[in-house]
Amino acid sequence: MFKRSNGDARRPVTIFVEGTAVDAREGDTVSAALLASSLDVRRATAVSGAPRLPYCMMGVCFDCLVTIDGVGSRQGCLVPVADGMQIEIRKGKREIGR
Amino acid sequence: MNAALRHDQYDVVVIGAGPAGLAATATAAGAGLSTLLLDENAGPGGQVWRAISSTPVKSRAMLGDEYWAGEPIVRAARASGAEMIHRATVWSLDRNLEIGVSIGGGSTVVGAHRVIIATGAQERPFPIPGWTLPGVMTAGAAQTMLKSSGLVPDGRTIIAGQGPLLWLLAAQILRLGGRIDRVLDTTARSNYLTALPHALAFMTSSYFMKGLAMMREVRTRVPVISGVTELAADGDGSLTAVSYVARGKRETMPADLLLLHQGVVPNVNLAMAAGVNHRWDERELCWSPVLDADGASSVEGIAIAGDGAGIGGAQAAIWRGRIAARSAIAALAPEAATKLEPVASLRAELARAERGRAFIDTLFQPARQFRIPAGDTIVCRCEEITAQEILDSVAIGATGPNQLKAYRRTGMGPCQGRLCGLTVTELMAEARGKTPQEIGYYRLRAPVKPITLSELASLPKTEAATQAVVRG
Repeated sequence: MFKRSNGDARRPVTIFVEGTAVDAREGDTVSAALLASSLDVRRATAVSGAPRLPYCMMGVCFDCLVTIDGVGSRQGCLVPVADGMQIEIRKGKREIGR
Repeated sequence: MNAALRHDQYDVVVIGAGPAGLAATATAAGAGLSTLLLDENAGPGGQVWRAISSTPVKSRAMLGDEYWAGEPIVRAARASGAEMIHRATVWSLDRNLEIGVSIGGGSTVVGAHRVIIATGAQERPFPIPGWTLPGVMTAGAAQTMLKSSGLVPDGRTIIAGQGPLLWLLAAQILRLGGRIDRVLDTTARSNYLTALPHALAFMTSSYFMKGLAMMREVRTRVPVISGVTELAADGDGSLTAVSYVARGKRETMPADLLLLHQGVVPNVNLAMAAGVNHRWDERELCWSPVLDADGASSVEGIAIAGDGAGIGGAQAAIWRGRIAARSAIAALAPEAATKLEPVASLRAELARAERGRAFIDTLFQPARQFRIPAGDTIVCRCEEITAQEILDSVAIGATGPNQLKAYRRTGMGPCQGRLCGLTVTELMAEARGKTPQEIGYYRLRAPVKPITLSELASLPKTEAATQAVVRG
């Protein structure tokens, strides 16, 4: 859906999406890195399980919610990537304690 | 006292590091006021200058002059001596000017003598059939990814809607080698006539020539369909096609990405939760805070600057930020204020920057069918409530947005009404034969951004507060 434009000289960063290594760049948000990867990163909503991807990318819509390093319901569009970060895609309702 | 902030009380706390917030910060701190700037993003710039200090897009012509115009404003804020904290999410502001803010997973409460809310704008909801499908995003979302990560669309891409940002985004995507298959312009033809009386002011504004050049740049490379009166996203689990009606003719195009945009509206959540009075703006079709000429709101000590005060664009935001800060200086350090530029000259600059807005607002006022959906179209994305379900609730007695919460939970999901509130107000107003002002808006309360219970529970408490709830 999206590709990186030429001349991006930022440092590579590796994050893990449900265990799969994904190449990102320093300064990417988690959501941007997910959308730039070729993985299926659609989450399932808590209400009906409908598939969603980020909509606004500026902290408004909450369709980018992901689990980051074990903390659930984070707005992926507001969190910059860091080496070794573990991302889980939300499938349905939030579990207690996460 | 807390580790994240140097003090627990400041003369001025500015919320948001876009054009207004940065300008307000530089002015307030520059006059010697202790100033704290809290911003949710990773770096300064807000939306319009997003990632200005970190963007991988280094060739200056790609993002354009108006983007790089932010550099001196960022520099001035940084050099002003203000404390600037990024990735700080303000989740509460009250009448006592106490601010609840989450920084690095922990929350704290900070006090202020003056608060300047500069939380800017968000894109207006664009509730068409299928707008929740993966592959449908806002134009602003694509622009955010373009600026901060140099990402551009590479699948079959359609941009639909209206307004200056749409053309700017299309030009930027093309400059960076991205793909756009078609632009669908939804500007209502009748708007050209109603906007005509405002045309002269617009033609003598800075927007005019730039806008024309940008539209030309896009039209030479992408087919543009104007007069689009219906729009829908189709697909099962993901977007596969976009269908539209233009000049009475329906067309369907395969698509991987649909970027929607029909203007921006003030971000009202924090200001409304703080108790600031808002009114329905008939021209901009949104809620705007009631403010005086200095940006002061109905709550003593709280001013609003930038697009959050009513859409005016980046240049107007800078001047509004300076005016709000100037007013704080006059109140808190009158002797410092005498050395500053007179308020009248700031107001004259603001008036110049706002020139041409009436034309833009009128020309790009979104058509009814793109604001007030029907049938199975989702209105509340979080709780997945359709237009028909809302009308059914009205039929059995729901009177306004707050009662509707009890019927359908609209506005009670994580986005707290940001993407359904305007639609709900207009839909219910129309169904009940009332004005949006009469129908009103969701009553917003802190926390305006979700924080965990443990974060709330670990807030520092005073002895008196503890005694107030402890028995025995």
